[in-house]
Amino acid sequence: MAENRHKSLGLSDDEVLDMFRTMLLARKIDERMWLLNRAGKIPFVISCQGQEAAQVGASYALDRQKDYALPYYRDMGVVLAFGMTAKDLMLSGFAKAEDPNSGGRQMPGHFGQKKNRIVTGSSPVTTQVPHAVGIALAGKMENKDFVSFVTFGEGSSNQGDFHEGANFAGVHKLPVIFMVENNKYAISVPVSKQLACEKVSDRAIGYGMPGHTVDGNDPLAVYEVVKEAAERGRSGKGPTLIEAVSYRLTPHSSDDDDRTYRERGEVDEAKKKDSILTFAQYLREQGVLTEDKEEELNKELDQIVNEATDYAENAVYAEAESALNFVYEE
Amino acid sequence: MAVISYIQAVTQALKEEMQRDEKVFVLGEDVGKRGGVFRATDGLYEEFGEARVLDTPLAESAIAGVGIGAAMYGLRPVAEMQFADFIMPAVNQIISEAAKTRYRSNNDWSVPMTIRAPYGGGVHGALYHSQSVEAVFANQPGLKIVMPSTPYDVKGLLKASIRDNDPVLFFEHKRAYRLIKGEVPDEDYTLPIGKADIKREGTDITVITYGLCVHFALQAAEKLAEEGIDAHILDLRTVYPLDKEAIIEAAAKTGKVLLVTEDNKEGGIISEVSAIISENCLFDLDAPVKRLAGPDIPSMPYAPTMEKYFMMNPDKVEKAMRDLAEF
Repeated sequence: MAENRHKSLGLSDDEVLDMFRTMLLARKIDERMWLLNRAGKIPFVISCQGQEAAQVGASYALDRQKDYALPYYRDMGVVLAFGMTAKDLMLSGFAKAEDPNSGGRQMPGHFGQKKNRIVTGSSPVTTQVPHAVGIALAGKMENKDFVSFVTFGEGSSNQGDFHEGANFAGVHKLPVIFMVENNKYAISVPVSKQLACEKVSDRAIGYGMPGHTVDGNDPLAVYEVVKEAAERGRSGKGPTLIEAVSYRLTPHSSDDDDRTYRERGEVDEAKKKDSILTFAQYLREQGVLTEDKEEELNKELDQIVNEATDYAENAVYAEAESALNFVYEE
Repeated sequence: MAVISYIQAVTQALKEEMQRDEKVFVLGEDVGKRGGVFRATDGLYEEFGEARVLDTPLAESAIAGVGIGAAMYGLRPVAEMQFADFIMPAVNQIISEAAKTRYRSNNDWSVPMTIRAPYGGGVHGALYHSQSVEAVFANQPGLKIVMPSTPYDVKGLLKASIRDNDPVLFFEHKRAYRLIKGEVPDEDYTLPIGKADIKREGTDITVITYGLCVHFALQAAEKLAEEGIDAHILDLRTVYPLDKEAIIEAAAKTGKVLLVTEDNKEGGIISEVSAIISENCLFDLDAPVKRLAGPDIPSMPYAPTMEKYFMMNPDKVEKAMRDLAEF
């Protein structure tokens, strides 16, 4: 039997199984959204596929009762871990009035839900980074011990807002975890044309914080490093930059065709390292995921996704004139 | 009532709001130990400490963005942009984020934040220390833009901005800082955002303007009164969203309207005011609506000849008012 890695991290069998469940749920919701898009039922999808391990591994290392999450558009795994439901996400996919992210105002992937401390985001990338720093600053001013967890892509690590935000957090030793989900492509442009340095984590030194690069296909590796970053943040030692390296298994979005810029062989190779497969394999080897449990889990999640889809499809749109609401406080 | 300067009104409003509500804090470049390059935050660092009077790294997008984050959490940040000209790196944060947060989250999140910035020329500031930038932001629903003219308005409107639950851009005319003095009540007060104010009652011509130009118009009106021309002067105070009712009423009152701004002419605040008047006041007008503004060149140059050519002054306003009265 392979070495048990989760016990030494303080994770129980139930906890790792729950992590897998969240990863698999994200994958199943995402796959359903592609089907709905290709069937002409929803206009747009932007995917988490290939990044679930990093998203869920990181989230489970946080205190999801008090920490703040500032996700980017691929972070379905993060928002599910922070309390958003399949139904919430499907309502967003169908742009229905009950969508808690935006009431059908924003495209899918523009997450936000105050009750779960998931901070609303936009489409211009990396703008959420200074917000995460501001939330951490506010927490420090009020003597709270939460951390602020912000994610973005490796392409986004070129934006001024990343550098300005990271430097601000470094100067003021704020409890921020900056996690880059390096999926190797910024739409069509590969890492080699995005970064002048070897790794995104190399950028940490300029901002007075530790930088770590981890295997983003391994939820336990990501869990370990985020756990350490959270402890560091909570104890007043400041921010951490983490780079979780994985691969984007789908085109950039439902409007992209990735065959125009990357070889099929490369994608096929990456699919062998898909965390949904590799983490399931690990859990089987540990005896945590039995054949019965796997079947039961698949059945349960399929039912959740089916019910969410039906509910969202049948839900009502916002009234047209409600477009005028909430420009300012009412 | 004490007589104080325009900038003292800024400092008093900040200080009193920080005393009243511990969620209010100030952030920006040189706002702490130095008390601001114009001294607008003078004394706050000593009274409230460095945590609430925060010297930030020199990076405007972070000043705005960190402020937005703190505001989304529930604090009431007052961010200072050292000069309005330097707000440009923060435009994405202000327009894509602050302005749209409430709307895009369907009222789940909000940004109760004030961004202060000194604007305007006549101080040998050249292209990048003289600009009026309000028009950049004045078609962005979700934002409010306040541009007061007197110490009384500064204090009441800055307090109202800090207490407002939406983002407010608060532009202070830097030449007015020490030039303009006025009476301010000793007790706590606020003034309504979104309401214009009649600064002079008159019957012959209407001048609609804001900021330092209000004073130029008032000075010109006193001179013209000696010639028997009685000017009505409306101070917009909030330039976005505009007080349409007050604009229509002021335009209809005399039927002759002069719009004055220090900003470039095309595409500015007064162009929108003109559109409001043309949509609503056709049968009240006795003359074409006139605009008096800076020329459409990038900004005012450094050399005194060219700066004076660009900058608004009482003589230019007086001439335009007289021309309109004689129409």
